[in-house]
Amino acid sequence: MAINWFKYSAPSTFYALAGKLAPWFAAFAAILFAVGLYIGLYVAPTDATQGDAYRIIYIHVPASILSMFIYLVMAGYAALGLIFNTRLSAMMANALAPTGALFTFIALWTGAFWGKPTWGAYWAWDARMTSELILLFLYLGFIALHASIDDPRRADRASALLAIVGSVNVPIIYYSVRWWNTIHQGATIKPTGVSMEATMQKALLAMFLACWAYAIAMTLWRVRSIILERERTTQWVQEMPEAK
Amino acid sequence: MMNKLSLTGLLALVVRRDLLLAMRRRADVLTTLVFFVMVVSLFPLGVGVGQGPEAQMLTKIAPGVVWVAALLASMLSLGRMFSADYLDGTLEQMLLAPQSLPVLVLGKILAHWMTSGLPLVLMAPVLGLQFNLPSGQLGVLVLGLVLGTPVLSMLGAVGAALTLGLRGGGVLVSLLVLPLCIPVLIFGAGAVEAVASGMDYVAHLKLLAAIAVAATVLTPWVTAQALRISME
Repeated sequence: MAINWFKYSAPSTFYALAGKLAPWFAAFAAILFAVGLYIGLYVAPTDATQGDAYRIIYIHVPASILSMFIYLVMAGYAALGLIFNTRLSAMMANALAPTGALFTFIALWTGAFWGKPTWGAYWAWDARMTSELILLFLYLGFIALHASIDDPRRADRASALLAIVGSVNVPIIYYSVRWWNTIHQGATIKPTGVSMEATMQKALLAMFLACWAYAIAMTLWRVRSIILERERTTQWVQEMPEAK
Repeated sequence: MMNKLSLTGLLALVVRRDLLLAMRRRADVLTTLVFFVMVVSLFPLGVGVGQGPEAQMLTKIAPGVVWVAALLASMLSLGRMFSADYLDGTLEQMLLAPQSLPVLVLGKILAHWMTSGLPLVLMAPVLGLQFNLPSGQLGVLVLGLVLGTPVLSMLGAVGAALTLGLRGGGVLVSLLVLPLCIPVLIFGAGAVEAVASGMDYVAHLKLLAAIAVAATVLTPWVTAQALRISME
């Protein structure tokens, strides 16, 4: 059976697909958030050195992983849009940006709240915090550039190029900031093994998947709005029962 | 006849043209330089430690201050890199020309550096003396600026090309370019700090040079793409 891989690269077909998928991801996210928070806040034991303050990692770690991952996905979609000239890719990149910026902000905010009881200061100029802050600037630059160009085609292509330049720069920024200064604690989840209690791992995994599902649901809903806005003059949008 | 123009010939032609244009409007070059001097001179007034033992603190923050001021000054001059050519239609002809657009862009970047980055480099030692920087640190500061300011022009060119002809382009270009310039700032100011604390500063300068080489290879091409996007 031949599968038409490009069926859903058209905004009109993807609009319907996104509408069907988004509620599932949202429900999935809600359940996982409930499970993750329950295990994280009630079942998981108190940390030996950091007390209960450590529990903020259940939102901090997923948010910071996703903030970086979403930027890469965004740059990937931007590159796809630039290379193959597909409209939907650019729309996906735009839909991802606010969610990515939100996760970056959450990571910084929760990091500050964790830093106060643990390090004694809300903010320390350490490598990961600083590069996370720069990542937020990159997201804001992407959103600002797109917002200030009126022609949507030019806006898509210009911000796509910016996202690609940014993604090339991210490792350079990361290593420069890391060599500059570092007091952040070492990585806990390493490929060689995890130095963490089993229930903590479960809670963290649940929260990670929850954030992931949330990001997908939000992006799909946002891309639906973007598709409607961009395609408002097309026949299929005007023939939609909602539009009539 | 024009098609036989070699790449270096083209580069020299563009650089000469832009330098000539800059010479005809000398005020633009001077404004950037005065801005640079002013920002650096404001720091001692703002921090308020001009005299006494606290003057050492000024010496300590001097490299950072000079670098941040250089960063801001180079942002200020980015607006004029393409805008005049864009407004009078020259840029459109450049895009249509059979010659390589990235080389053309490299020429414009080079000329931009000579009129905005190079004056800062030459002025930096004087400002360093204002902050009582020892001669060893002063030399490394200038060396860092020589390697780093071209990168600022090159990254700035990408931003200037992306925001060509936009309303509020001046602020926007800073928002886009400043985060990308952070590694240059870190290694440039880091080299001087390394000298101050008696460590090896060559690594910082080598990294700056590596960034400069990578930027020379990549940014003219990216800027050319950005110009095509902005002009289509």
